[in-house]
Amino acid sequence: MEKKNWPLWEVFVRSKNGLEHRHFGSLHAADATMALENARDVYTRRNEGVSIWVVESKHITASNPENHGELFEPAQDKVYRHPTFYDLPDEVKHM
Amino acid sequence: MSEKEIKNLEEIFEQRIANDEKIEPKDWMPEKYRKTHIRQISQHAHSEIVGMLPEGNWITRAPSLRRKAALLAKVQDEAGHGLYLYSACETLGISREELYEQLHTGKAKYSSIFNYPTVTWADIGAIGWLVDGAAIINQVPLCNTSFGPYARAMVRVCKEESFHQRQGYEIMLTLSKGTTEQKALAQDALNRWWWPSLMMFGPTDAESVHTEQSMKWKLKRKTNDELRQQFIDQTVPQADLLGLTVPDPDLKWNEERGSYDFGAIDWDEFWQVVKGHGPCNKERMNARVSAWENGAWVRDAAIAYADKQAKAKEVAQAS
Repeated sequence: MEKKNWPLWEVFVRSKNGLEHRHFGSLHAADATMALENARDVYTRRNEGVSIWVVESKHITASNPENHGELFEPAQDKVYRHPTFYDLPDEVKHM
Repeated sequence: MSEKEIKNLEEIFEQRIANDEKIEPKDWMPEKYRKTHIRQISQHAHSEIVGMLPEGNWITRAPSLRRKAALLAKVQDEAGHGLYLYSACETLGISREELYEQLHTGKAKYSSIFNYPTVTWADIGAIGWLVDGAAIINQVPLCNTSFGPYARAMVRVCKEESFHQRQGYEIMLTLSKGTTEQKALAQDALNRWWWPSLMMFGPTDAESVHTEQSMKWKLKRKTNDELRQQFIDQTVPQADLLGLTVPDPDLKWNEERGSYDFGAIDWDEFWQVVKGHGPCNKERMNARVSAWENGAWVRDAAIAYADKQAKAKEVAQAS
């Protein structure tokens, strides 16, 4: 039989209801069911979570740090998107 | 890329680390940074995995259910720590198979402390107290290291490590307050684990070749000798509290330094064990390799089952 390795999965855990799932780490598993079971054992041994997502790492498309400039720099000179850009007298309350 | 361009990138990179910025896996990094991190993180992961073996030796013979449950949980944590660290290491572009291969062929090292035998139950106490105690001192500064995935893994590891040390000290405490024989077991374990624990901090600063580079990359915050002194200063009073004697006739409080002076470490022993001639090097590697090989059919069966399920799903969707 051809040698085949267990693929890599990324694990996201919701620590409690009301909070979002957050990336916790990764692990290897043969399929999604096993990835969930392994994630339970590896990342939630001390009540760290109430819900787990697993997704095979190869399905994640990530931005490239080399494109950091074109992706994120345009936001830097748009200070008018922030409330502090606007000059209002101190007498104006609740705004 | 030209040499000049690389030099420029390296300068920017070093500056980022100096500014306390984190480096993430897809960022550009010097080849030496990548290699050093693969070496250190994988050694760390291997140590967690091999570290399960000396303690696993006592799970079935733990003296009570309470002790057994705690030891099982501790060993399970160590498997978990190994997995966090392997994952962090894989983000640097090395596969899990390569990492295992390096461990199994002896190309990669693991902490020498695990090449000592656990001959009595008291050794489980001494390991938790001293070996995990030393590991905590080594690991806490790594929570702030420059490589993001390593730092995040270490935060998780450090949170869990404190229980390990406390369960060890509690075992020592119980034995020390027990019968004469039990107290003798505790003293004997301290006698055997004290010096190897001091060696866990690595060679003296004068002999340590990687210190300067590791400091720059925040793989180290304090030198080996500073960490070793910190360990001694905090551990000796704990031994006093147990009513046990640290096996070092030269150990003496130095009022001026505000630290303990201690005797010479047998570095020949350290290098012998590193080079593979410790009491259990062969036994540990045999146990690890045979566990891996005997588990091959399980890994293959899981993949075969996953493939079958995936195909069945495809057929069901097509019809």
